[in-house]
Amino acid sequence: MAQIDVTVPMVGKIVKVLVKPGDAVAEDDEIAVLEAMKMEMPVVAPAAGKIAEVKVEPGQLVEAETVLAIIETE
Amino acid sequence: MTSAGLDYSEFLRNIIDQTGIAHMSWQYPIMWAIAFFFIYLAVVKKYEPLLLLPIGFGIFLVNFPLVQLMGQSEQGFPNLFQFFYKYGIEWEIIPCVIFLGLGVLTDFGPLIASPKTMIVGAGAQLGVFVTFTGTILIFGIANFSLQEAASVGIIGGADGPTTIFLTQALAPHLLGPNALAAYSYMAMVPLIQPLIMRLVTTRKERTRIMKQLRPVSRVEKLVFPIIATMLIALLVPQVIPLMGMFMLGNFMRESGVVARLSDTAQGALMNTVTILLGLSVGATMQAEKFLSLKPVAIFTLGLFDFALCTMGGILTIKLMNLFLKEKDKMNPLIGAAGVSAVPMASRVAQVQGQKYNPKNFLLMHAMGPSVSGVIGTASAAGMFIAMFASVHAPLYVKDAGWGYVFMTLGIRFVGVFIVLGLLQVLMQLSCKIVSKFAKP
Repeated sequence: MAQIDVTVPMVGKIVKVLVKPGDAVAEDDEIAVLEAMKMEMPVVAPAAGKIAEVKVEPGQLVEAETVLAIIETE
Repeated sequence: MTSAGLDYSEFLRNIIDQTGIAHMSWQYPIMWAIAFFFIYLAVVKKYEPLLLLPIGFGIFLVNFPLVQLMGQSEQGFPNLFQFFYKYGIEWEIIPCVIFLGLGVLTDFGPLIASPKTMIVGAGAQLGVFVTFTGTILIFGIANFSLQEAASVGIIGGADGPTTIFLTQALAPHLLGPNALAAYSYMAMVPLIQPLIMRLVTTRKERTRIMKQLRPVSRVEKLVFPIIATMLIALLVPQVIPLMGMFMLGNFMRESGVVARLSDTAQGALMNTVTILLGLSVGATMQAEKFLSLKPVAIFTLGLFDFALCTMGGILTIKLMNLFLKEKDKMNPLIGAAGVSAVPMASRVAQVQGQKYNPKNFLLMHAMGPSVSGVIGTASAAGMFIAMFASVHAPLYVKDAGWGYVFMTLGIRFVGVFIVLGLLQVLMQLSCKIVSKFAKP
């Protein structure tokens, strides 16, 4: 059982959060949608597991490396 | 005047003669169709609507008989569009004012964080120089002069104002088709580039993840436009009207103390001149000037040019990767952004990168090649202007000779690499100095 951070790759705005705590996710599942330079991009799960915590909300401005969510792996 | 009846018919004939209907010819409807095509691209397809809409409508407006929009009035004053064209484009004011606004909109951060991407902006000028040669070679039948060929070549740099600036300087009669080709293909970057990307990269290369860019300090961002201006002014003084304004705009942005000026430069001012630019470009396309072989050739060559520039950028990265350590290797997709087309080409790199690897975020990485592409294209334009500075008549290859063409071209393509290479070195040096003295 390990905890993995899902981080934002670059500065931008969170448009949508697509998961909630307790959700099971597979690797490369979309966790949230980030907007930067008028472009929307999905941020995906780095590994499979269960969402332990979601740390951002839609509309929030985020810096690079901000932790979006924490995944608990089996 | 023999009878009242004759008077009456002559009177009627005069009235009809004063309308456009009596002077219609087959060329006008053809030009309307061309105008409607670009208006369609703008309105329905949303391809560069800010430019293609006013250009399209400009074409439409000037292509009626008796309409006095271009040329001089009987009293010798310029007519409405002639006025926009003369003071805006012939005097080369508008492209430079637009560059001021683009400077405000440009963030050099990603380039400063990854100076090696500077060279990609030079590699992406490949098409510009190849097309120059190709224009002379393939379209010998349309009889392009060397100046005309240079103005066609620059289209692949995907930079509207630079294309207009250079065309006005070297071959003003090609302004309409060149600007249209540049803006149309720029709008089609998302259609053209993915094909080229797939052609010249392997799946493994496309999935490569690049490490995060380092944060860039304010001082570094302030120093960059100054160094770049200095270097460009010394090496390619011909493009200082464009690049000086660009760097001023960028300095205004990064200074953070003239928010009001920055707002105006990137908003109201740029929008105002964009309308005048679009109309003027459209207005140059009167039937008698436009309906010839050259515009067709320009559109064909422009596409080829775009593809080659995209390829040039990608291949430059692949070449650089041969010399880079594994952890520093770059994803070649960002090379495509070396055709400036800010920020569209970077978005294409992002979309394609994420398509092959969902964890890949290339958007910011692609901005480096993209903004250096702006400098690269402007440098190439400066070199072309310098090349023909002392030539006042159209120069043809049969007079100049192929040796001259290839020699000067080779030297100037290398010249673009030298300009951007030096800029990269200066940038790295200044960053080192800045990081010694300034707190991060």
